Amino acid sequence: MPEMNIIQAINDCLRVEMQRDSRVVVLGEDVGNFGGVFRATVGLQQEFGPDRCMDTPLAENGIVGAAIGMALYGLRPVAEIQFADYVYPAFDQIVNELAKMRYRSGGEYSAPVVIRMPAGGGVRGGHYHSQSPEAVFIHTPGLQVVYPSTPADTKGLLASAIRGEDPVIFLEPKRLYRTAKGEVPAGDYTVPIGQARVVRRAAARSERSLTILAWGGMVPTALEAADKAAGMGYDIELIDLRTLLPFDIETIVQSVHKTGRAVIVHEAPRTCGFGAELAASIQERALLHLEAPILRVTGFDTPFPYTLESEYLPDRDRILDALEKVTTG
Amino acid sequence: MADGKASSKVGSGQLTCDSVEIWSDEDYARATGLVQILDENGHADPARLPHLPSEKLIRLYQGMLGSRLLDEQLMPLQRQGRIGHYFEARGQEAGFIAGAEAIEKTDYFVQGLREGAAAVYRGLPLGKYLAQILGTAHDASRGRQMPCHVGAAAIHHISTSSCVASQIPHAVGIAWAAKIRKEPTVALGFFGDGATSEDDFHAGLNFAAVYQAPVVFVCQNNQWAISTPVAAQTRSETLAVKGLAYAVPSLRVDGNDVLAMYATIKAAVDAARAGHGPTFIEAVTYRLGAHSSADDPARYRDGHEDAIWQKRDPLLRFGRWLAERNILDSTAQAAARARITDAIRAAIAAEEAVGPPPTASLFEDVFARPTWLLEEQKAGLRNSG
Ligand SMILES: Cc1ncc(C[n+]2csc(CCOP(=O)(O)OP(=O)(O)O)c2C)c(N)n1
Repeated sequence: MPEMNIIQAINDCLRVEMQRDSRVVVLGEDVGNFGGVFRATVGLQQEFGPDRCMDTPLAENGIVGAAIGMALYGLRPVAEIQFADYVYPAFDQIVNELAKMRYRSGGEYSAPVVIRMPAGGGVRGGHYHSQSPEAVFIHTPGLQVVYPSTPADTKGLLASAIRGEDPVIFLEPKRLYRTAKGEVPAGDYTVPIGQARVVRRAAARSERSLTILAWGGMVPTALEAADKAAGMGYDIELIDLRTLLPFDIETIVQSVHKTGRAVIVHEAPRTCGFGAELAASIQERALLHLEAPILRVTGFDTPFPYTLESEYLPDRDRILDALEKVTTG
Repeated sequence: MADGKASSKVGSGQLTCDSVEIWSDEDYARATGLVQILDENGHADPARLPHLPSEKLIRLYQGMLGSRLLDEQLMPLQRQGRIGHYFEARGQEAGFIAGAEAIEKTDYFVQGLREGAAAVYRGLPLGKYLAQILGTAHDASRGRQMPCHVGAAAIHHISTSSCVASQIPHAVGIAWAAKIRKEPTVALGFFGDGATSEDDFHAGLNFAAVYQAPVVFVCQNNQWAISTPVAAQTRSETLAVKGLAYAVPSLRVDGNDVLAMYATIKAAVDAARAGHGPTFIEAVTYRLGAHSSADDPARYRDGHEDAIWQKRDPLLRFGRWLAERNILDSTAQAAARARITDAIRAAIAAEEAVGPPPTASLFEDVFARPTWLLEEQKAGLRNSG
């Protein structure tokens, strides 16, 4: 199996999917001749031509709006928004048009558009190159939301998103674009939407057993904390959710039944973040299995900062603090 | 049109663009003039008549009349509480019925707020149309949208979404996709004068021009966006001139002249299909009714304006011309009115008897297959019948 980073995995996936299905087209700002500011679409225009990989004018509402029209006509557009922070000009098109096309037409029309966007902090990007907006899209009925953390999952989930029947918001942890490396199956490869991945297993319930839920850029951080904690006698199950909507409730609840504790880690602001939904869903199903309150380790309820970004982002030590809290009752 | 024209200085390093002609005096004249074939008194210039056989002319008249009669019956229904809201098209019928006539079955009609009756003209059964307005179980979207949001895949009609101008990039995307697929499809997109201030209008025109997408934009300039007159919407000389900056051929047309609207849209559609890219048509018309059933225009406009436009009524004008030419005399017009009125009345009665969709249908069509979350919420309905 070839080793790739996430950028290479995206590029490989797009190439495979464009070869498989002539309806798949890529569009966005600077994605064509140049290959994208993060180089995710390098070589696609050269290989498939300017009618399959299209540089667009600088207008996110135009990109998403036109992609919706293309999908209505039967194409499978994969739109790139250069940074998740710049998706807001397209917010209306996503929330009010894309997400509702199937519902409002009673299934007569659908808009299977995939919108890829680099998200999250850790790249010294300040407010406008760092935000992690998953919660706003999860809160919009009609959208699937995917947020992988490894090259293989990125390829497999992106392929599933492109082949699926419904729109997908595909968030890519930009800080891991080149640092996360791993083996990626060559050629045709999919990972089903809606299934979490257990990164690390706990043995059994004990006084120091617990489940950590994380996704995107927080997965390596959570793993680092889990590894460290293991050396301190903790028994940790780490789950990478991978798909946020629909999230894999079974895997989550099974794990919490086993460990009796849950810590949720996300880099987006805390209040009304996706962690809140997970905590509510867990307690609805597993309250009586819980040994301790569910804790969240998250970004703060502030705009994303520049100089103090590593103070803002959850890190190993903040996660370790939470582990200690839920195990000392 | 501007394909080669506008690009000559791109990347040349020159600071001036004095020799690049984006639009000519004629282009400007078209965007500020007014195409009219049939005047207010019902007189037409025989030399400029579009080539339409009598039965097509009669069909156009009946289509406009049908839309008018739907408004006349459905507005009172709203007043009686039998439908939630209603949006009239009175006074604006010429533009969208002409548009519906000018495109092919395989083309896409992407409507703004008031062009729903075009779907009936293009073959949507009247009952289906009313099912949407009444929100019954027969409605394709199962009563999920407020009235006047009809769509129908079978006739390539896309419903309005309420969000002003959002449909404009969709029309462009459809046309662009057809061009990519090398299929001869054209998209015809409607919107109002207010929509020309929205980002989606500008992105839409720009994308259409950049990709030379086979799309025809029709702006129904009915003079008002709710209470905002077009003069407060823009300082532009006309709405059509906005298209020129994007190098989209743009024309201003008498929107109450069905013959001019047909001829103009047809020519634009033919050009788009032949690979000549988009056209922007500003149809100068007037909203004779209120903005919606919840609006009272007496609060912001006077009867004087209304009286002027009543005389320019597209239906009166066309009816007069058809009668004078002995294509459809006044007796036949009255008979058509009676026949369509009865058909609408009967269809309303039949559809009202259908009743609402089942509650569980709420959870369908969010996704191709429902998520566990939707299944769980559906199973939790108190009365899941
Ligand atoms: C994005 C958006 N903003 C505001 C509204 C509320 N609204 C509904 S119709 C309308 C005026 C639209 O005017 P115009 O585009 O001229 O179309 P008309 O109603 O005259 O047909 C407004 C402001 C809306 N539906 N969508």
